[in-house]
Amino acid sequence: MAFNYNQYLRMEKMPTLWCWGCGDGVILKAFIRAVEKMGWTQDEVCVVSGIGCSGRFSSYVDFNTIHTTHGRTVAYATGVKLANPDKHVICVAGDGDALAIGGNHTIHGCRRNIDMTMIVINNFIYGLTNSQTSPTTPQGMWTVTQKAGNIDPTFDASALAIAAGASFVARENITAPKKLEKVFVKAFEHKGFSFVEALSNCHINLGRKNKMVSAMDNLNWIDNITMPKAKYDKLTEEEQLNLLPTGILHQNENADEYCELYGRIQAAHQGGAKITQDDFEKKI
Amino acid sequence: METREVISTGNELSAMAAVDAGCMFFGGYPLTPSSEVMHVISDLLPAVGGVSIQMEDEIAGICAVIGASMSGQRALTATSGPGISLKAENLGLAQMAEVPLVCVNVMRGGPSTGLPTRVSQGDVAQAKNPSHGDYRSITLCAGSLAECYTETVRAFNLADRFMQPVFVLLDETLGHMHGKADLPTQEAVKAGIVPRKTFDGPAEEYFPYECGPTEPATLNPMFEGYRYHFTGLHHDRKGFPTEEIETCRKLIQRLDDKVTAHVDELESFEEFMCDDAEVLIVAYGSVSLAAKEAIRHLRADGIKAGLFRPITLWPSPEAKIKEYTDKIKDVLVVELNIGQYMDEVQRASGRLDLKGLYKVNGRPISPYEIANEVKAVF
Repeated sequence: MAFNYNQYLRMEKMPTLWCWGCGDGVILKAFIRAVEKMGWTQDEVCVVSGIGCSGRFSSYVDFNTIHTTHGRTVAYATGVKLANPDKHVICVAGDGDALAIGGNHTIHGCRRNIDMTMIVINNFIYGLTNSQTSPTTPQGMWTVTQKAGNIDPTFDASALAIAAGASFVARENITAPKKLEKVFVKAFEHKGFSFVEALSNCHINLGRKNKMVSAMDNLNWIDNITMPKAKYDKLTEEEQLNLLPTGILHQNENADEYCELYGRIQAAHQGGAKITQDDFEKKI
Repeated sequence: METREVISTGNELSAMAAVDAGCMFFGGYPLTPSSEVMHVISDLLPAVGGVSIQMEDEIAGICAVIGASMSGQRALTATSGPGISLKAENLGLAQMAEVPLVCVNVMRGGPSTGLPTRVSQGDVAQAKNPSHGDYRSITLCAGSLAECYTETVRAFNLADRFMQPVFVLLDETLGHMHGKADLPTQEAVKAGIVPRKTFDGPAEEYFPYECGPTEPATLNPMFEGYRYHFTGLHHDRKGFPTEEIETCRKLIQRLDDKVTAHVDELESFEEFMCDDAEVLIVAYGSVSLAAKEAIRHLRADGIKAGLFRPITLWPSPEAKIKEYTDKIKDVLVVELNIGQYMDEVQRASGRLDLKGLYKVNGRPISPYEIANEVKAVF
């Protein structure tokens, strides 16, 4: 029997405002299948989104949902999670949300390693607001704010998350929805801050002016710039230059989770032992 | 009323009050001269099973507080003017989505970085409209060490009653002042806690933003079976974005009316030696301490002066201001800014001939300066 998404969707909000052929719907469905696989009830999940096309994600799914200000998903989610350590908190942000206006929160969310999942839908452009440059827009592409071609160097979102200390980092491409679902499950299962970069298309506001007029053109381009990590690792640095590895890129299952560490702060203030440098493997 | 004597500072008293009022979450960022609030509450909260987190910036501090409050907890942040500037957008979301929280602002000199370690009352206008758009601020202003405690407690109860942020204004003088305060007992504070309203009927009949035209939303804590949506967009009765004309109009009108229709629940002021006063001084915050001392000197010199001290600054006690300014000709408004509350006193009184004594060099106003000004201008 086909999977029934309706239980998890706010059907009265359908159709979505996403354009025909948009990858966000693929991510939404993979997300729902992953939540179902986890066996979580809708009442114990909180979905926090930011601003942009991805910002509407939270209003379509029937969980406890928060549509926050631009870039602040992780900051809101940190309050939710610390107040409810036994609940499941998932952020859905866009590339502008996570890497431009909210870059600081992304970095520190990764560093704190609080147990939540951050899904960054990276479509390489500001889509909802009509084609402004994003931190992931490739150099040389047309944007409405850089009509002569984008000169701003790009961020590698997943590399940033790894460097900032996220204990789980994965990248997937919406042309492989089953793989996407699988990394969502792995991310949800992971105890700590899990970061998933989901590469998606915006043929309307990225592709139209960059020789990718259809969804398929845009998706083929994404396919051509991505490669599974195992294969990617065998390439020379020169060959890797214009490719993004996909799959689980980094996982550390031994990193201290923030809510658990905070439990030790509470214990210390309630008469227990104080925390010292000796409690941590890494001293500096 | 049974009281207890505590020797402490304004900032510490504010932190103690929050915990006694049932606050279980603090999120913030260090900002002089408010930092001691976080210093103290970061010890107090974990001891009672709560959480205090130093976030990566002021914006993250308020966002975490809103997140904690959405899940039902009483939550606090503390900062000073520059921090309010940074928090403004998300304070707006809390106004729009009707998420209660308390924000203590220990005022320092501004604009910009200003005078970080010195006193000012320069954030009074900011407290009225920190974020863009239409809504009604609730702002309380402590005028003594004891009020740093009692106004913080009151702020938590008002936040849950009106379902919105409530500001508590301290200033650097009060925040760092060390002295004796007579406080209500912790038992009395606990007994006075009025928790936010919740809905306990069937989930399908729950509409958090469906309420009377002058009433706040009824937001159940998340994770309890009542799934709905928070957004900073204009929203319908279930919290979902809408552009429906009447729904949009009614929402914003209600955000204003839920406060203005209940001024009687919010109004708070002190009248000091006003009964026979021929000169009225209007002052608030730490300045009122100097004003009281000045009034004693003036009376010794045969000048019948009195003090009107608003405690709830926003919404202002406009009827009371009108009553006094109709009765008393000589009125002096004393502020550590260039007339931010004078604008409101003028508006409420309908008079433009009021005198102002302002100071913006980061130093407190002394009783003698106030007394001399009264003698010079009236």
